[in-house]
Amino acid sequence: MQTTEPAIRVHGLRKAYQQLEVLKGVNFEVARGSIFALLGSNGAGKTTVVRILSTLLKADDGSATVDGFDVRSQPARVRESVSLTGQFAAVDEILTGRENLIMIAELRQVGSPGKVADDLLDRFGLTDAGRRRVGTYSGGMRRRLDIAMSFIGDPPVIFLDEPTTGLDPEARIEVWQMIQDLADAGTTVFLTTQYLEEAEKLADRIAILHQGTIIVSGTLAELRLLLPPAKAEYVERQPTLEEIFLAVIGDKKGQR
Amino acid sequence: MSTHALSDSRVMLKRSLRHVTRSLDTIITVTIMPIAFMLLFVYVFGGAIQANTDNYVNYLLPGILLIAIASGVAYTAYRLFNDLQSGIFERFHSMPIARPSVLWGHVLTSVVSNAISVIIIALVALVMGFRSSAGPLAWLAVAGILVLFTLALTWIAVIAALSAKTQDGAAAFSYPIIFLPFISSAFVPTDSMPGPVRAFAENQPVTSIVDTIRALFEQQPVGTEIWTALAWCAGVLLIAYLAALAAYRRKIA
Repeated sequence: MQTTEPAIRVHGLRKAYQQLEVLKGVNFEVARGSIFALLGSNGAGKTTVVRILSTLLKADDGSATVDGFDVRSQPARVRESVSLTGQFAAVDEILTGRENLIMIAELRQVGSPGKVADDLLDRFGLTDAGRRRVGTYSGGMRRRLDIAMSFIGDPPVIFLDEPTTGLDPEARIEVWQMIQDLADAGTTVFLTTQYLEEAEKLADRIAILHQGTIIVSGTLAELRLLLPPAKAEYVERQPTLEEIFLAVIGDKKGQR
Repeated sequence: MSTHALSDSRVMLKRSLRHVTRSLDTIITVTIMPIAFMLLFVYVFGGAIQANTDNYVNYLLPGILLIAIASGVAYTAYRLFNDLQSGIFERFHSMPIARPSVLWGHVLTSVVSNAISVIIIALVALVMGFRSSAGPLAWLAVAGILVLFTLALTWIAVIAALSAKTQDGAAAFSYPIIFLPFISSAFVPTDSMPGPVRAFAENQPVTSIVDTIRALFEQQPVGTEIWTALAWCAGVLLIAYLAALAAYRRKIA
């Protein structure tokens, strides 16, 4: 019965901070097992939407259900269905990577936390760093650990709030791969980003949040139709700096 | 509390205790100042102080322990404030856990780390000549009062951490509390103080707590003082706990 129900359904969501109206009636749905990208400039209210959906914040008005549960009346059930990776890596810097994972596994009451931790360290390329304090990790390693922590307990819906902000291009591509793997395994991924390329690469559906409402939403192909048809022009295509950067460091990566 | 709340609090306690054991400098910082006061008062001022006692270390120790606890809880505020800033607080709150365990982990850690500081200071006092003929029951009573005092101050620390805007602000609440033993019977008898100061000293919580612990150490009758001390601790604990929960609800609302 629930399989036909969307993973996330948001209707008429409103939220104001004192005088400032951030959300002025937001509507969207996210299909199960899909990647949904919410785009918007800084301060558009993307994080506010994520915080409401992950039960950290109460909306002023409107309704939202996640995995079939109402965020207002069944917050505990929602929390069992979701996992949040916030904008700033929410990891414990004084604990080691392995201890961080075990802590989350114990809180989620997953069986054999030690094994779960070791498997995730392996999957995220952190086995060598697993016994070091997270305080010594690079930004990319922290972010990978942060996302690994969200995987524990296999929640059906994962929120990733600007998961690649502040990462170098190499780490960004690693994170993209993880997100794709998640969706392939059937997890619903709700992603916010200000990198349009990220949404273009990953998302099944894209919504743009602007001045408090969703101004457009649809698949990439549908969004393209909003613009005048593409003209065929012959342009010599120079490699982008990002492509050069990745090609150059690609050698280094092979040696690792 | 459900079993979930207990097991979640245990995980949180384990985490927070690791923060303490991995930054032992915090324990050193907490113990060094009270020990310095103790050395100063015993070996520098002690000769000039008329406390009507043949063992000034015995006289001093209860107040010194309260100073140590008051400065120790500042670190609880500091650790909780860091959690709020770093995003891990939000991660915990988006998880299917018993939410108050996030606070209880810090509170229980405060009790454990303050107990460690108190034991270290008591050992230094022993070297300096502290002697007590107190039996196990009296020691248990002292421990009980100190735990109650720690809990009361810790919940004040929780309020401070939840409502502070800066890290320094989170710890600032402890300064007046650290100062309180100086205007009490902790260092000198209150009857040497001028009227208004004496009135304050005799009616503030530290004096009754200090007098009770001192009487327990000396195997003297504690009289009604112990009830005043317990009433203060329990009263502050209850009010601070309720205020902390209100501040917490405002934070997560």
